[in-house]
Amino acid sequence: MTGSILFEAIVFLAGALICVPLAKRLGLSSVLGYLMAGILIGPYVLGFVGEEGEDILHFAEFGVVMMLFLIGLEIEPKNFWNMRKTILGMGGAQVLATMLVAYFLFDMMGYSYEVSLTFSMAVALSSTAITLQTLKEKNLFETTYGASSFSILLFQDIIVIFMLGVIPLLSSMDTATLPAEEHSDHANLLENLPLGLQTLAIIVSVVLIVVAGRYLFVPMLRKVAMTRVRELLTASALLIVFGISFLMELVGLSPALGAFLGGVVLATSEFKHELESTLEPFKDLLLGLFFIAVGASINFIVIKENPWGIGGLLFSIILLKALVLYAVGALFKLKLDQRLLLTIGLAQIGEFAFVLLSFAFQLNILSGEQMDTMLVVTALTMALTPILAMMNERLILPNIGTRETEKRPIDHIAKQHKVILVGFGHFGSTIGRFLRSHGIEATILDFDSNRVDFLRKMGFEVHYGDATRIDLLESAGIADAQVLISALDHPATTRKLIEIVKKKYPNVDMMVRAKNRYEAYELLNMGVENIYRESLDTSVKMASDVLSKMGFRKYTLYRQAQNFIKLDEESLRRLAAERPKDEKEYIFKAREEMAQQEKVMDQDWQRGIYQNDNHWDSEQMRMAAAAANRKKSNKP
Amino acid sequence: MNSILILFAHPKFEQSRTNKMLVGEIEKMKGVTFHDLYEHYPDFHINISFEKELLAQHDIVVWHHPMYWYSCPPLMKQWIDLVLEYNWAYGPDGKALLNKKCLNVITTGGSRELYCSEGSNHYSVNEFLRPFEQTARLCGMQYLPPFAIMGTHRLSDDELLDMGRQYAQMLQFLQDDCSPQAMKDCSMLNDLEQLNT
Repeated sequence: MTGSILFEAIVFLAGALICVPLAKRLGLSSVLGYLMAGILIGPYVLGFVGEEGEDILHFAEFGVVMMLFLIGLEIEPKNFWNMRKTILGMGGAQVLATMLVAYFLFDMMGYSYEVSLTFSMAVALSSTAITLQTLKEKNLFETTYGASSFSILLFQDIIVIFMLGVIPLLSSMDTATLPAEEHSDHANLLENLPLGLQTLAIIVSVVLIVVAGRYLFVPMLRKVAMTRVRELLTASALLIVFGISFLMELVGLSPALGAFLGGVVLATSEFKHELESTLEPFKDLLLGLFFIAVGASINFIVIKENPWGIGGLLFSIILLKALVLYAVGALFKLKLDQRLLLTIGLAQIGEFAFVLLSFAFQLNILSGEQMDTMLVVTALTMALTPILAMMNERLILPNIGTRETEKRPIDHIAKQHKVILVGFGHFGSTIGRFLRSHGIEATILDFDSNRVDFLRKMGFEVHYGDATRIDLLESAGIADAQVLISALDHPATTRKLIEIVKKKYPNVDMMVRAKNRYEAYELLNMGVENIYRESLDTSVKMASDVLSKMGFRKYTLYRQAQNFIKLDEESLRRLAAERPKDEKEYIFKAREEMAQQEKVMDQDWQRGIYQNDNHWDSEQMRMAAAAANRKKSNKP
Repeated sequence: MNSILILFAHPKFEQSRTNKMLVGEIEKMKGVTFHDLYEHYPDFHINISFEKELLAQHDIVVWHHPMYWYSCPPLMKQWIDLVLEYNWAYGPDGKALLNKKCLNVITTGGSRELYCSEGSNHYSVNEFLRPFEQTARLCGMQYLPPFAIMGTHRLSDDELLDMGRQYAQMLQFLQDDCSPQAMKDCSMLNDLEQLNT
């Protein structure tokens, strides 16, 4: 029944489609929905998915890798460097303290020191997937809680490499005697090299990613962008992530960590937003799959056999992790509500535990029973913490007076600008320059990769991409943007952009470039208020200068030019308001309007162009004076 | 020879019969720089450093403008506001204009008889020009009596031409000698003996 890959896909997708909306409706996070779907379709409830759940888990771990890549994209290298103290401090304190306490707990429970150590390592790790997904869903990245969680998780991702290195040392058996096929699962090229060379290889591969990011990925993306075939960009994005992961596995590093590094390197490139919006759907799907697989892998037989033992272990591990996190939060002076969020948020055991535990099992450190018990507990903590978090948010936090309302912008998230500038040609770049001279750094989107490249060299923050894609606009931060400037050249693209923005983000102020009068009519009819005709101000200025050369006074021309522009814009609005019923009438109206304008200009001419401008006119006074003079002289 | 800078402000010069005549007589004079503010700065965006340089190159500054509502046109005021900077024109280090001479050349529609305590304008031209006088004084400049072409509404073309020539003569006189001694009895430079011989 489970043979066909199509059938499996249907089961997974249907499970997700049923459970996730249900969880959302109940106000739970989507993670919980996926886990429920996994349990439901897993071997112990409906039995649609059997042993292959394990393989799917491995495959779906790739979602975590992609997530780390995307997170890396959000963090510019210099911000990453600024975070180093938090990462080392909080992360180090959490991992060390948790391991220490957990070791004593397992030691007391009578496990051997190898088993206790392995377990304590597994317990010290939290779930990057669950935590970051929740943070993103609830938009908590910019809180101190979000930043602290992220720092700790990052440290864990790094320390897991050392853990995987230490585990073989705990094994009493010679690693070389392992059966080859099992061994290959976690083996890498460097296994048999001396430690010094291993370290060197790791350093070389990290440097390789950084260098490739600068000098291989970006040029490649530029070449691909020039073809303007969008799926090629998707392909290259996937290729980059796959490539990095492969390299990392080759040298025995965590692929997630490598992907994170790759993301950081590309964070300053112009493709940042494009990569984000391209990989986002893959990441979401794979993560969903990952959570389903976790749900499906919960072994209910183990639970049934020893419900109290498992329950006790589950309870004590969550309590232990929570206590340590609470202490770390206190040590780093988090406010009470943030500390509680952190305490619950990271209290689960993470997906790396699956890797650690099965690795230790292969090395005969753990018995099959010990591994199964711990795997079940891991999955259960993952399922339980979202529920605890929900209870915390609903029952405890509202009763704490210290709710942190101000969202402190944290060190690592690149600043989100208040202005988005679409189109950075000659028109847009002038706007960008002037804004910049006032300290307003707009987020710039452009679809010409050559130009993007050039402008980035000039120091502008320009991102490559098609701005009529709502996801790209979203990753450029349209949700928080105050103003969207459209400086696009093509009227059709401009209209498309306005349509989608008006529909989804009606509160963003739109300031739009219009090619000419007729495009301006259409924009006005679409409800755009701020329209800038490129053929108005400049042409009038030029005409003024021509007239000045012919001897007209500049100040008079200046005032008349303002009048002219004002009249022209009034007539534009009048015409747009009288929305024509059919094309013919429209043309008729336009003609009429032009005739009107001609008439106005004719009147200007008749009155010596000074219509509406009798100011500083001494002529009338002189006439009156002359009349008075005559009167006087006529008197006898 | 004293060099003269004429700062001319008229928002509608092309329609001013009087000022066209006046300017025509002095525009090309040797040693006189005629600076048309409204033509240079139609958008009121005054180039301050350029203006300072001009001031530095001249000994006598003339504010030439029509009298509008008992004061100068707005661009002239803008010029005063922007160019006469603290610690450049005035203030403890403001020595740039020290000992230069300064005066107003004005045109008024009303005649001189109207500008007195009995007339409808109630005050004399000198009294209306007090803000300029004090501005000059604060900048360490010597404020000379004004030169005024008054009652322009009733002046014939010939009379205007005559006034233009007087204006030129007056500038020439200032170029040669503008010691306070020479004009100590004049409330207006129009009264100089040299112009009325």
